[in-house]
Amino acid sequence: MPRSLAHSTSNGVADFDRVSFIDVSKYFGRRRALAHVSFECEAGEIVGLLGGNGAGKSTVLGLAATILQPSSGQVRYGGRSREDLGLALNARIGVLAHELQLYPELTARENLEFFASLYGLDQGVDRAAEALARAGLMDRGDDFLDGFSRGMRQRVALERALLHEPQLLLLDEPFTGLDEGASMALIERLQALKTAGRIVILSTHDFEIAEMVVDRAILLRAGRLTTMAPEGGSLRDRYRDVTPRVGDAGGSG
Amino acid sequence: MTQRLFLPLVVAATVVFAVAPLLIAWAPYESTMGLVQKIFYFHMPSWAAMFVSALVCGVASAFFLFKGHATGDRIAAAAAELAVVFGLIGLVTGPLWARKAWGVWWQWDARLTMALVLWMIFISYLLLREYGGPGSEKLAAGVALFGMANVPFVYWSVNVWRTVHPTTNVVPTLVPGMRIALWWSLAGFLLLYTTTMMARVRLESQRASLDRLYRDLDD
Amino acid sequence: MKRFLRVALLIMRKDLTVEARSRELLLTTLFFAVSAVLVFAFGFVRDGRPVENAAAGILWIAIAFAGTLALGRTFERERYHDVLHALLLAPVDRPAIYVGKLLGILVLLGTVEIVVVPLVALLFQAPLLRQPLLIVTLLAFGTVGFAAVGTLFAAMLIRARSRDVLLPVLLYPLTIPVIIAGVRGTAALLQPEADIAMARAWIGMLGFFDVVFITLSLWTFEPVMTE
Repeated sequence: MPRSLAHSTSNGVADFDRVSFIDVSKYFGRRRALAHVSFECEAGEIVGLLGGNGAGKSTVLGLAATILQPSSGQVRYGGRSREDLGLALNARIGVLAHELQLYPELTARENLEFFASLYGLDQGVDRAAEALARAGLMDRGDDFLDGFSRGMRQRVALERALLHEPQLLLLDEPFTGLDEGASMALIERLQALKTAGRIVILSTHDFEIAEMVVDRAILLRAGRLTTMAPEGGSLRDRYRDVTPRVGDAGGSG
Repeated sequence: MTQRLFLPLVVAATVVFAVAPLLIAWAPYESTMGLVQKIFYFHMPSWAAMFVSALVCGVASAFFLFKGHATGDRIAAAAAELAVVFGLIGLVTGPLWARKAWGVWWQWDARLTMALVLWMIFISYLLLREYGGPGSEKLAAGVALFGMANVPFVYWSVNVWRTVHPTTNVVPTLVPGMRIALWWSLAGFLLLYTTTMMARVRLESQRASLDRLYRDLDD
Repeated sequence: MKRFLRVALLIMRKDLTVEARSRELLLTTLFFAVSAVLVFAFGFVRDGRPVENAAAGILWIAIAFAGTLALGRTFERERYHDVLHALLLAPVDRPAIYVGKLLGILVLLGTVEIVVVPLVALLFQAPLLRQPLLIVTLLAFGTVGFAAVGTLFAAMLIRARSRDVLLPVLLYPLTIPVIIAGVRGTAALLQPEADIAMARAWIGMLGFFDVVFITLSLWTFEPVMTE
């Protein structure tokens, strides 16, 4: 779908206080990735997408990020569609993908400065420096990413995704491969974003961590929403109640 | 509507093809090339069908790419396959004729080269669709569009390239009997093309409906 | 428009920074081009003398081969760690990304040609300096045409399987006019009696080709890169 050019030149700010999935289905050929999914996420909320491999978590994130297009149904941002918002919408979305999405041949600082310029941010150099400080990597800023640990790279990637202060932050399995300390730091950062009134959607299969961060869990099984008792017991217990065999929850992936 | 037209077209194509050998046999015997000249009645129409198919593929791809019509993609895929098939007929019959006319199997003649290049483009289109993995139909549409835009450039460059070392141009001046047989064959091939195309597009549409049914079954 | 150019230059500068550091693409492409020239020399030199017009053909085939290699590699860098998706998600006109990558590739190929063209002239006794301006124009227009089509196809093949082999499979049939024009135009300039009019005609066609295919690429980049 061609994106409107008008939005790129007008510095229109697309602000929205909710993201709504309305009866969204997504097919890849004959394979169903998502079937009739409806839910809403509001500003100041951390929503967790839970489910096994191939349950459709990444598809939900891809649809919300506008990387994928729904086969049917709609994704709306504060009541408007991505066609209405055009490029202004992209300026309000931040994505922390499973892959790093950074250039290993550039230093951490150069990566951040590159993306700051790409997003057309003023004072890109300062923003990059601030981002480095937030990641706690001031002294490593001029090192190449190759030499970083998984946790350090993840921190740079997260600050990369947050450079333009997005209203909607999408994180795909952000806790994978992080140690205790790094996970705690990430949780803290997400809580701060929540307080700032952002919408945070993250996918995870780790119930203990989900228990700590998310305000609300959305359970996906084989591309469908599964309702879970809203209260009572731990997430893991409630999850077990609706899934006969956890190992069977997903597909092939 | 296309379904109602299909049967009459098949009948028409059959009749035309049944009569074609008679006309070709009845057409005057070309003195220098002899019997081999009769290949011409298959050779030229198959190239014509390929060029028509190339055009259809390019236009349908543009519709798919810019308007997102899934039908455009189905038509383009069918047209590309047929372009390769008819091109193959042309490529097989061509050298048989060339051997007799020019004494060599292949001549870097402008038209021949151009047809070969176009044929290669559609082969690459099919290779991309076959081996490109999911999502390659959009990429293939880009190839078809670029292929179509390329035709005038290939035509011009191949022509100028050839005129640097001119060769005798062997296009037979047709006597009336030959002309009728040629037009008849051309009509036959284009009818054949149209019916195959309709059947092929229908197959793709059915496949898409089958996919839809599978999905509905899931729901 | 200003933002479009800024994004394009930003991406080009990023590519050149990466390249200046590793020199991987430049050195491998350059050596590949030189090796190709050498291999062709064994095919087209008889009794110590090159066959007629060999220089023009060898030069352009070397450029086409090296160009394909460089195109594949430069987009491999975007695919690694999935940075391409981050680029596509940014609030920029996507054609600006295309232009940025194209400019980067042109700088790279231009550098390769600075070495390879004199080398071919030297090895095959081609009077390169007789018509320097026309030769340079011909090379520039031809390279732009090849790279314009190549950048689009290399970009869209990022998502495809078997992309390494599909790139040349798609690219060579589509760039045949460029190769013919390059080879015939160069040959017209290098032959004993330089045929200026013929070279001009080929340059004209290449210019026309460049305009048509850059426009078409800018136009199709957005839809082919969407999902």
